[in-house]
Amino acid sequence: MSTPPASHATLANVAGPIVAVNHTPAAAAVATAAAAGGRGASAPILACYDLHKSFGKTPALRGARFQVQSGEVVAIMGPSGSGKSTLLHCLAGILTPDSGEVHFGGQRVDRLSEAQRSELRRETFGFVYQFGQLVPELTAEENVALPLLLAGKSRAAALAAARPWFGRLALDGLEGRRSSELSGGESQRVALARGLVAQPQVLFADEPTGSLDSLAGELVMDLLVESARRLGTTVVIVTHEPRVAAYADRESTVRDGLVVA
Amino acid sequence: MSVSYAILGLLEQEPNHGYELKRRYDRFFGRERPVAYGQVYSTLSRLARDGRVSEGGSLPGEGPERKLYAITPEGTAAVQRWLMTPEPPEPHLQTVLAVKVILSLLLGRPAEDYLDGQRRSHLERMRELTAARKNALLVDALLMDHAVFHLEADLRWIDLTTARLEQIAKEIQA
Repeated sequence: MSTPPASHATLANVAGPIVAVNHTPAAAAVATAAAAGGRGASAPILACYDLHKSFGKTPALRGARFQVQSGEVVAIMGPSGSGKSTLLHCLAGILTPDSGEVHFGGQRVDRLSEAQRSELRRETFGFVYQFGQLVPELTAEENVALPLLLAGKSRAAALAAARPWFGRLALDGLEGRRSSELSGGESQRVALARGLVAQPQVLFADEPTGSLDSLAGELVMDLLVESARRLGTTVVIVTHEPRVAAYADRESTVRDGLVVA
Repeated sequence: MSVSYAILGLLEQEPNHGYELKRRYDRFFGRERPVAYGQVYSTLSRLARDGRVSEGGSLPGEGPERKLYAITPEGTAAVQRWLMTPEPPEPHLQTVLAVKVILSLLLGRPAEDYLDGQRRSHLERMRELTAARKNALLVDALLMDHAVFHLEADLRWIDLTTARLEQIAKEIQA
C-alpha cells in the first residue's frame, strides 16, 4: 500500500474535537478484534455500531454494524430497500442515525455538528454516484477541480491538480467538454476523477456502474480500484452488481437493515 | 451426486420404500427429469452398502419395492454436511443448488445460511477471476468472462431465492 497523501494529515483540522471512544460498543469491538488477531487487530478507519435509522415509520437500519480497515476496498451488497444506501449515507455523515455510533479515524461522526460533517465530507471523503451528477454548466476539467475550489484552492491550482486525472482515467482531450458532450462512461470517469482529486481518505461509491454497459462499467471499476490502491484510499462501494463487488477485497451483505454477512 | 443426497434427505423425513421415494423425488426435484426406478434402487443399494441407510421391514403388499429404507445416523450427518457445504462455483450448477434449497426447507434446516455460504463462495470465485482477468490477454479473458457471467446468473438466482424462501417453504409444506 502506498503512503497516504499529505492531505490526510489535515483531518484533525477539519473534523473538530476527537471524542473519546472508551466504554462504547466500538471500544469493546476493537478489543475483541485485537484479541482475535489477524486483520481485525488494528482499529478500523471507519466503523458503525448498532446503527438505527428510520424514515417516518419505516425502519431502514435496525442495528447495523460494519467496519473497514484503512486501505481496504469493501463492497456493501443487498437487495433494493435493504438499507445499504442508508448505511453508506450514515457512514459518510450525510445522514445522522437515530441511534448508534459512527466512528471515523477515532472520532464520533454521529456527534459532529452539521457544519463539521459538511467539512468532513468536503475535505476528507470523496463521492461517486450512479449518474455522475456533473454540473452541466461546467467543463469536465472544472467539474474535476470543483472539490478543490470548494476547499479554497485558487482556480489555477485546482485546474492544475485536475489535469493529470484526464490522462490517468483515459479522458485525454475531453477536458473542455460539458457533460452533455460526454458518453455515460466518460461522465462517470470524470465523476471518479472529481471524487479522487482531493485525495480523500475514504471514497464512497453508490452504484458507480449502475447506468453503464458491461464494458464501460468494467473500465470504471478497473480505474476506480487501481487509483484508490495507488493513493491508499479506503473505498466503500454500495452495489447490487456481483461483478462490481468482485473488484472489492471483501463484501458485506445488508438485509432488512442489518449487516448479515 | 445430488440424486443420492436428495433420496437420503427424503429418508430423513421418514422411512420409505422405493416407489414412494421416486414419487416424492419427481415431485420436488425431478419435474423436468424424473428419476428412473432403476436409479432409485441402485442408489438405495449404494447408500445401504455405505452405511447411510438401513433396510427395515416391509410394508403390506407384494414385491421387493415394498421394502422399507431408513436413514442411519451416518446418513443424517452426511446430509447435514452436504447441505451446509457450498458447491465449487462453476457454470451449470442450477440443479444441485435448487436441490439443496428444497431439501433444506423440507428438513427444516437453515436454507438461508446455505444460500449465504454459497453467495460468499461464488463471490470469492468471481473475485479470483476478476483479478486474473486484469492481466490476461483478451483471448484468455474470454473464458473467464464467460465464467463470470454464469456466476453472476447464479448469484442473481441466489438473491431471488433468498427473497422467496418463505413462499417456497409454504408451497413445499402444502
